[in-house]
Amino acid sequence: MTYAENGMPEKNPLSVQIDLSKFSSADFEPATADEKAQQEVMGESVTFFKDGCRRLMKNKLAVGSIVVLVLLLLSIIIIPFFVPYSYEDIITVDGRRDKTATNLAPFEWSQREQQYMEETGEKLFPHVMGTDSLGRDYFIRVIYGTRVSLAVGLVASIMVLIIGLIYGSISGWCGGTVDIIMMRIVDIIYSLPDTLMIILLSVVLNETLKPVIEKVPLLQSLGTNMIALFLVFGLLYWVGMARLVRGQILTIKQNEYVLAARTIGTPSGRILRKHILPNCLSVIIISVALQIPSAIFTESYLSFLGIGVKVPMPSLGSLANEARAGINSYPMKLVFPSLIICLIVLAFNLLGDGLRDAFDPKLKR
Amino acid sequence: MANSEYLLQVEHLKEYFPVRAGLAKTIHLKAVDDVSFAIRPGETLGLVGESGCGKTTVGRTLLQLYKPTAGRIIFDGKVIFDSGEQYDENGQLKLDANGKPVMGKKVHVDMLPYRKEMQMVFQDPYSSLNPRMTVEDIIGEPLDVHKLCSNKKERHERVMELMELVGLNAEHAMRYPHEFSGGQRQRIGIARALAVNPKFIVCDEPVSALDVSIQAQVVNMFEDLQEKLGVAYLFIAHDLLVVHHISDRIAVMYLGKMMELADADELNDNPIHPYTQSLLSAVPVPDPRTARASKRIVLEGDVPSPLHMPSGCPFRTRCRYATEQCAKAMPPFTDRGNGHFVACWNK
Repeated sequence: MTYAENGMPEKNPLSVQIDLSKFSSADFEPATADEKAQQEVMGESVTFFKDGCRRLMKNKLAVGSIVVLVLLLLSIIIIPFFVPYSYEDIITVDGRRDKTATNLAPFEWSQREQQYMEETGEKLFPHVMGTDSLGRDYFIRVIYGTRVSLAVGLVASIMVLIIGLIYGSISGWCGGTVDIIMMRIVDIIYSLPDTLMIILLSVVLNETLKPVIEKVPLLQSLGTNMIALFLVFGLLYWVGMARLVRGQILTIKQNEYVLAARTIGTPSGRILRKHILPNCLSVIIISVALQIPSAIFTESYLSFLGIGVKVPMPSLGSLANEARAGINSYPMKLVFPSLIICLIVLAFNLLGDGLRDAFDPKLKR
Repeated sequence: MANSEYLLQVEHLKEYFPVRAGLAKTIHLKAVDDVSFAIRPGETLGLVGESGCGKTTVGRTLLQLYKPTAGRIIFDGKVIFDSGEQYDENGQLKLDANGKPVMGKKVHVDMLPYRKEMQMVFQDPYSSLNPRMTVEDIIGEPLDVHKLCSNKKERHERVMELMELVGLNAEHAMRYPHEFSGGQRQRIGIARALAVNPKFIVCDEPVSALDVSIQAQVVNMFEDLQEKLGVAYLFIAHDLLVVHHISDRIAVMYLGKMMELADADELNDNPIHPYTQSLLSAVPVPDPRTARASKRIVLEGDVPSPLHMPSGCPFRTRCRYATEQCAKAMPPFTDRGNGHFVACWNK
């Protein structure tokens, strides 16, 4: 190797290295803040929740179900304000009951209504789904039925969540004998035939709750059957959630960060709140999302059996039950409520699957 | 008894875990069996031994994460745990006429005030940090629990100070643990332990999950912190080279029992217990010429099950010098001069 006069190795003629001796300090300027920021290679700090949401939004089926559910929710809130019929009254024309308006097909008017429209020239609101055998607008009944079904699903899931979360947390956190006793109770409840229990409980609760409910106006408007339904769900379906939460807590309890928190002297309540529950939250959210359709399904078949919500309040299940009588002549009446049940259940299941894929750390790529 | 020279004194510490064997029978797993040692303020005591010999359990029992089965723990002149058994000068349990142990006063204090004085750094930097908390919240948690900061600004400043102390950048505060490397996470764990200004830290294999180059950084940081803050360490590890580098004194454990305790250099140059001798001979030497010349003592057989410990000295089943006496009784832990304690019948 040859060396130049200043002791540096001589530059190879083929080298593409820049010869710095040809430049002076005037040729350089400091980088601006913008240019420096471009060199920043670290990604933006992403929280677990944001990361999960981003992955959920990539899942087309899950986004589709969110859209369907939001549309359903908006329609059951808004539509009753626009439709001039009520779910419990027979259609009236000019202040008089229209006895001819029974079992109409979708977008059909009864003779009286057609007569009235010809006479006055006024356009009556169409019966989008026809009318039922008593002459009530079927569309508004289906909308109210959806309301009831969704409300039952949501309230039941929240009750299941609260009871299951508290019970499971205590069982998992205390462990030992407490855990064994609490889980045997869960096993006993789990082993009861739930359909039979629901039927028995709803009959019994219906009777025992009546005096209480009649005193409170808010509960009265809900009806005894609805409240009995909520209670039945609360009493029977929390066991699955309790088991799930317990299992999660038992696993998370083993992590060293829980031990670290105990070394610090963190009280048990704070460890549960700050360390354990946030780490099993994703599993809980997913299971609640999957619990809702199961509650809606149960409510539907209870109403179908005739022990669900009280008439004239419709629910999707009781609507399907009524439609069963005239299935040969008016099959459309079974199609509408069944379709909505399918839509809700499918949407919640797909959303639950999407949530699981997005938030379950084990499935993370 | 309480000696003002020492920060922490552990006497005849025992930790037995019940293990169910069959339907109604429970036997005890003697994870830590009659271990005694003491640590001076600002000193590092290394604790070595093979996997499953009870090193970690000693550390956790000291902090009362497990309730000790028996023994006495004295911290900073105050008895924080005492199961009441009395021992004579030879370390023998005092028995009354009926053969029952003479019981003294039982002590089991509320640990919360002592949690500020004794802290722990964990082995696995991946599972010892809560993945849902930011670094600031992780380091700030001890401050919240012990109400060391009156407002958010003060807490933030203290967290920044701690992060600088362990060599983390201020912009890391809002990040989550999964965004860090193993070495950085271990630094977060150390900052959390330092947040309460402890006098004593149990380092439970803090470098065994790290790369060798990172190990050196972290070990050096432990030394710097000790110089700056004057904390005492119980440094648990299975890497003898690391332990020799950082420790003032080293204790060797085998199957829940303390085998040898001496100054780091003394133990390295002049191991007395056959187990320590074989441990030291197994340390890899970076120079192949020396390595070839040195003779390795290979132990025969396996470690006995801690559920069915051999009688007398637990090491006798693998010891080359074992005699009948070893099977009869556990040798006492005696001083062979200059604070070199050994539990062995061989002189």
